[in-house]
Amino acid sequence: MIARFPGRRFAGRVARHAILILTAAFALLPFVWMVSLSLKPPEEIFQADFHLWPTAFHGVENYRVALTAAPMFRFLLNGLLVCTAIFALQLLVCIPCAYALAKLRFRGRDTLFSAVLVGLLLPPQALAIPHFVMLNVFGLLDTYAALILPWAISTFGIFLLRQFFRSIPDEIIRAARLDGLGEFEIIWRIMIPMTAPALTAFGIFSVVAHWNDLFWPLIAVRREEISTPALGILLFRDDEAGQFFGPLMAGAVIIVAPLLVAFLIAQRRFIDGLAVTTMR
Amino acid sequence: MGVRSRPYGLAAMAEIELRHIEKSYGETAVVKGVSLSIRDGEFLTLVGPSGCGKSTLLRIIAGLEEQDDGEVMVDGRCVNDKRPKERDVAMVFQSYALYPHLNVFDNLALPLRTRRLSFAQRLPFVGRALPGRGGIEKTIRAEVEQAASMLDIAHLLHRKPGQLSGGQRQRVALGRAMVRHPAVFLMDEPLSNLDAKLRVQMRAEIIALHRRLGVTFVYVTHDQAEAMTMSDRVAVMTAGELLQVGQPEQLYRDPQDLRVAEMIGSPKINVVSCDHWISLGASLPPGVDGNTTHLAFRPEAVGIAAPGDRRLNGVVASVENLGADIFLNVALADGCGTVVVRTHPDGSRSEPGRPVGLQIDPACLLQFDSAGMRQRQAEQVGAAG
Amino acid sequence: MTALDQNRPRRADAKPSLAKRSGEHGLGWLAVSPALLLLIGLLFGPVAAVMLFSLTDWQLGSFTFHFIGTTNFRTLFTDPTFWKALSNTLVYAAVVVPGTVLLGLVVALLIEASPGLRGFYRAAHFLPVMSTMSAMAIVWGTMLHPTIGLVNRALGAMGISGVNWLRDERTALLALALIGIWQGFGFAMVLFVSGLKAIPQQLYDAAAVDGADGVLDRLRFVTLPMLGPVTMFVVILTATRAFEVFDSVRVLTQGGPNYASEVLLHRFYTESFDFLRMGYGAALTVVYLAIVVLLTLTQARLLERRVHYS
Repeated sequence: MIARFPGRRFAGRVARHAILILTAAFALLPFVWMVSLSLKPPEEIFQADFHLWPTAFHGVENYRVALTAAPMFRFLLNGLLVCTAIFALQLLVCIPCAYALAKLRFRGRDTLFSAVLVGLLLPPQALAIPHFVMLNVFGLLDTYAALILPWAISTFGIFLLRQFFRSIPDEIIRAARLDGLGEFEIIWRIMIPMTAPALTAFGIFSVVAHWNDLFWPLIAVRREEISTPALGILLFRDDEAGQFFGPLMAGAVIIVAPLLVAFLIAQRRFIDGLAVTTMR
Repeated sequence: MGVRSRPYGLAAMAEIELRHIEKSYGETAVVKGVSLSIRDGEFLTLVGPSGCGKSTLLRIIAGLEEQDDGEVMVDGRCVNDKRPKERDVAMVFQSYALYPHLNVFDNLALPLRTRRLSFAQRLPFVGRALPGRGGIEKTIRAEVEQAASMLDIAHLLHRKPGQLSGGQRQRVALGRAMVRHPAVFLMDEPLSNLDAKLRVQMRAEIIALHRRLGVTFVYVTHDQAEAMTMSDRVAVMTAGELLQVGQPEQLYRDPQDLRVAEMIGSPKINVVSCDHWISLGASLPPGVDGNTTHLAFRPEAVGIAAPGDRRLNGVVASVENLGADIFLNVALADGCGTVVVRTHPDGSRSEPGRPVGLQIDPACLLQFDSAGMRQRQAEQVGAAG
Repeated sequence: MTALDQNRPRRADAKPSLAKRSGEHGLGWLAVSPALLLLIGLLFGPVAAVMLFSLTDWQLGSFTFHFIGTTNFRTLFTDPTFWKALSNTLVYAAVVVPGTVLLGLVVALLIEASPGLRGFYRAAHFLPVMSTMSAMAIVWGTMLHPTIGLVNRALGAMGISGVNWLRDERTALLALALIGIWQGFGFAMVLFVSGLKAIPQQLYDAAAVDGADGVLDRLRFVTLPMLGPVTMFVVILTATRAFEVFDSVRVLTQGGPNYASEVLLHRFYTESFDFLRMGYGAALTVVYLAIVVLLTLTQARLLERRVHYS
């Protein structure tokens, strides 16, 4: 049909690009602005006329200040540590539970599943006070454990994995049992490999959520040494060196970059992963 | 075959002619220079294995796909530049393609509304208040109800497609196609999503519908049995090429191409190469031409006899008893393939392992050359049917 | 016992014997026990605890508390800042939800309309979703800066004098809503795109044969109705996220100026963890919980009735 209305088609295509470039600019502008400012000396930031690229390149100094005034790499490392620990714990708890809910018959299964569904409704922020109090009682506030333990259970993870496990036909499991595989082996050798895409998706979801989370670290942690990236950049801003826009923007670039780079490398994975996990 | 009377509605004449239609997707040619004329009021079936280009050809007729080359003519006028809605065709899809958010009535009314109501009248809420809409809606309602009662779905008008069974959805899809009296019905594997029993029933209903409407039907299927039982004429396609067009009877008795012979008929036609024929010690039948490389014969053209010189001999490999008929699979010696033989239940019984000779009616022997083309010069009388 | 008259292979798979089933029973409980313990210890126990806290005068660090009935709730409901926070959150959601959904839908439709630069557009629009909000909020803070900010520089170039967006009572909340849309619409876009991909081509073909082949007709008869379920989903998701807005508020305005941008979750945070008024915070949590759960349930119920097709 393309040849039938060449004129209209062309106009349509131009309009499409015109609008999308506009919305893409809206999405990307803060990133461009951030990088631009992170390369500029203070006087250029404040001068009346604006250039995207600095006339006097001040990038090295800005990034050096950001890295020396605050333990930026430490923040990133903390983020990595906390996110990995959370995801590992979640898998350890969710996989057996999701498997049992999907494939085993036992009394109370449906009740438990309803409980999981109810758990899905609870916004995590609502649990902040009791979690805070519990950690306080055990003397764990202001430690890594405080950042990790409250997230050990993910009703969302259980729900998601259960849905995927259910889509694996029972015949495969029966055949495996007839072949003499135990339940643990069935999970390890059959369910996990077959649901690898779902696990990756859940992993991306979990890591993105906790890397970017500010609410809970703000409550659980005061010390700079164990701050996660989202909290770290805030501490840096409230610090003396963070009062200057150049180093502050450089710090923001350092904090934001790892996830964005990972995203740009594995775009499809991220987009599909996040879309799939939320649509279930 | 002539023009049938058209008791239902006032459909226009529709003679379709395809001239050298070409279509490729990137590097792959899907339709390779197909020419075909479809008579007014005819039920023509395009049959072939999946990926042979039959559906693409149908979509080109509908205007949903644009051919790279060639013309689509309707009643002598070229419709290449016409959009699907301007071609006076209706289409029934494999997945039925009903609008899931509309109930059956609105599904059936949609093609009428898009045609008869102006853009403003079709606007939600506002449109209802515009002058003239009420009267049009009234006639639409009457026509939809008429079509629905014809298809026996009048009691389902207020249901959504999701609440219907497969067969009911199929009827609604048919109803949506017929409600605006198109000159041509295009059907793309409409029965393949139904179970076997329902499929046979719907086959009969579609044939009856064609009789009643008297308009041109173009039907696509991969199922040769469907093609043979439903159509006035069948067009056989393979790999983008049109192999042969003819009445079902004609394709069965007088295939022009080995591929047609093999595609039509169940069980499949027996094919034995001349080399095997000779190596098995059988004498070639009289009249076999020098160009002939393969001989083909239907299971019913073979009789069982005692093993003997100068004829094909083999051993019964298995017996399939279908009640009315018994099919014997006879394995030829030296791995020269098997031959299927139809015998009657009241005939002599054969057990697997029994050596037999095959008695082939020479009048029913079809000869093909190395390119698979039928050899005609030495044609026996009677084979042309 | 029915197992006796079944032949062996069926017994082996279809219906496990009683012993097998009780084995599965034990195994099932073993497998779910860690999850169950954590579910109670980290989710349902704490929810119960919050409800309990909300009825006491307990302060963090003190060793005693008294039940004071509904005093905390009465304090909450007579506190004008609570009502301010609630209405601000509603206004915020009322801007962010339609903004995000519409922008996401339009971008998705345009991206899927033809293949040109599709990958680039998808990635570009999705970038904000992936970015750390606290850092990007700081960046937005500089963009909205009254003198050096990009926004006011651009407005100034057009001869319009901008305001101090985040320090002005009239604009602070709207500026935050803009940031909310910025972060969320790429995600809505991705969900809409996957919804668009699930629409069968045959439906568009059928519409074309039926006479609906213009852009608007296709939208109206096929695309939009078929996107119904996804739209419901995106609306719920965006609304829930709007009610959870916190990061940008904390980083940029702390609810100010004069509570013009105070929202529920930020109120809760300040009361509980800045002022350590746990009882009040718990009461606020209970209200917040009720609102979010009710919102999710009613939306799901309401929209489900209209868009469920089967």
